[in-house]
Amino acid sequence: MPSTRTSAEVAVRQAAAAILSARNLTVDFKLEHGWVRAVDGVSFEVRRGEVLGIVGESGSGKSQILMAAMGLTAINGRCTGSVTFEGQEILNASPEQLDKIRGSAMSMIFQDPMTSLNPYMRVVDQLTEVLVAHQGKSKAEAVDNAVEMLERVRIPDARRRISLYPHEFSGGMRQRVMIAMALLCRPALLFADEPTTALDVTVQAQILDLLNGLVRELNAAVVIVTHDLGVIARLCDRVIVLYGGRIMEEAAIDDLFEAPRHPYSQGLLAATPRLDDDTAHDLRTIKGSPRALVGQMTGCPFAPRCDRKIERCTVETPALQRLMSGRAAACHLVTS
Amino acid sequence: MTEALLSVRDLKVHFPIGKGLLAGAKGVVKAVDGISFDLKPGETLGIVGESGCGKSTLGRAILRLAKPTDGTVVWLGRDFYALNKASLRKARRELQIIFQDPLASLDPRMTVGAIIARPLKTFHPELTRVQIDARVKEAMAQVGLAPEMMRRYPHEFSGGQCQRIGIARAMILRPKLIVCDEPVSALDVSIQAQIINLLRKLQRELGLSLLFISHNLSVVRHISHRVMVLYLGKVMELSERDAFYANPMHPYSKALISAIPLPDPKAERARERVMLQGDLPSPLNPPKGCRFCTRCPMATDLCHSTEPPLSPRSDGRLVACHLV
Repeated sequence: MPSTRTSAEVAVRQAAAAILSARNLTVDFKLEHGWVRAVDGVSFEVRRGEVLGIVGESGSGKSQILMAAMGLTAINGRCTGSVTFEGQEILNASPEQLDKIRGSAMSMIFQDPMTSLNPYMRVVDQLTEVLVAHQGKSKAEAVDNAVEMLERVRIPDARRRISLYPHEFSGGMRQRVMIAMALLCRPALLFADEPTTALDVTVQAQILDLLNGLVRELNAAVVIVTHDLGVIARLCDRVIVLYGGRIMEEAAIDDLFEAPRHPYSQGLLAATPRLDDDTAHDLRTIKGSPRALVGQMTGCPFAPRCDRKIERCTVETPALQRLMSGRAAACHLVTS
Repeated sequence: MTEALLSVRDLKVHFPIGKGLLAGAKGVVKAVDGISFDLKPGETLGIVGESGCGKSTLGRAILRLAKPTDGTVVWLGRDFYALNKASLRKARRELQIIFQDPLASLDPRMTVGAIIARPLKTFHPELTRVQIDARVKEAMAQVGLAPEMMRRYPHEFSGGQCQRIGIARAMILRPKLIVCDEPVSALDVSIQAQIINLLRKLQRELGLSLLFISHNLSVVRHISHRVMVLYLGKVMELSERDAFYANPMHPYSKALISAIPLPDPKAERARERVMLQGDLPSPLNPPKGCRFCTRCPMATDLCHSTEPPLSPRSDGRLVACHLV
């Protein structure tokens, strides 16, 4: 499956029906001192065969979008708006309905494999549980499938190692087990929350390669959340830049990296140290710190840190406006 | 050539592990296993490698925060490990450290002013409160913190500001060397750039020397004059910065640089990658011969049997490999 990275290719794909669609998704959390808004009116779509990246700094709400889409928002959270998976609403789905979707059609790779795998269960039992429960396979058949998947994620000696416990694997191997588990049901939609952040760079390169090959082969829709623009450039077709719970910019990745339109995207790219930039000068920075979670605010969430801020930015929240070639940006200063 | 500020020779730090009741130590982790280098005044040496390569242990052993097993550290011409208590105390003013986790390295019950003043009070009890206050304000200004923040507590600050507090605390004694142990890896990209620029500025303006320990080669490139690559406790390559990034010589250095995902999709697709197989071997049982031989795409029989020495190449860099 070729990847779609230019605006023209994205436009062709946009014609297909979305498998996941978020409309005006808002996630609030009740804390001691009141409600805070983590995600503020986010809308996006993903189609089969497409890898969507969501990039943002801490507190941008990127992980909470995934949690909401999986129906995993914490008990003190409240989601409004709509998230549909193949036309079915997720936000008000019953636990039974969610269980059915999550086990078979939708799965997730978490950041930290050690805390997401059950340390008391052998890998074989964790991997086959889903196949036996959801697909009614016999245990022996499920074990064969699981071994095959472990081989696909290149775990050597999989037939023997499947009976080990998670702690007997190295960090990179554990992340492979997580990926195998997420892909075992051949999901139509895969979420990945910082899937390589906990790994060393040479292992990260292996895992990114593996993930890239497998999702293209399965023709799954993928939403990957990360703070690392390098990971986005490596894996994704399209990217959403998130700040303060809102979408700042959305574009095909080549477009974003070549010519970011939103001041925040521009700042983020300029602040990222590269292997080929000039080291004689200081890195460009974005002044101040990422926005702490507060109640609802008026104006653009990025305005307090923006160099190009005008008066309008602090009083009126810019809407995400469609620009040419499938791009969108939420900034008063960006016009099509 | 200027005299070295710091000379490390054949430094080893071994940790015995799994001491049983009856048996002795079950094994030894050779976290740092024979590392030598010099650091000149005003120079920044980047120390890079993956988890378990010994980079943090090396930084700690140089400060005598981890107990060295063997080797010497010479600080300004004096054997740092042979110093008696009084001389060590004196020398420690000149060597400071900044930690990875900015919030965890600050006492939550002390005000920011008290945290920054602490080293000064410890080492210079003769100073008056007014003098200390002035020095604290000076250090805060140096790192870009407003002096009004003195009376606030660490939890009121963001990660980037906490790291500035940690830097001010290290700076207040006007040290000659700061060991920076992954100082930006816990920070967001936009804040990371601010801290890198700050360290560059301090280094340039005050002639500080830095040992900059990091797993992030793009960050190291922006701050270091020279780069040292470690793998399982050994130096694989030690080179001038620009020569290193333009042409990494050791196969491990090549793999490290080529593994970094570039924030540039077109370059990413065009790239030829040196992909390493497998994970880091257990440091308890490192491979015989060259430590990198189990993952090296070029390894020969010689590499599996004989450990290559760290030897100089034509451009002055040091590389430990039979094949280059």
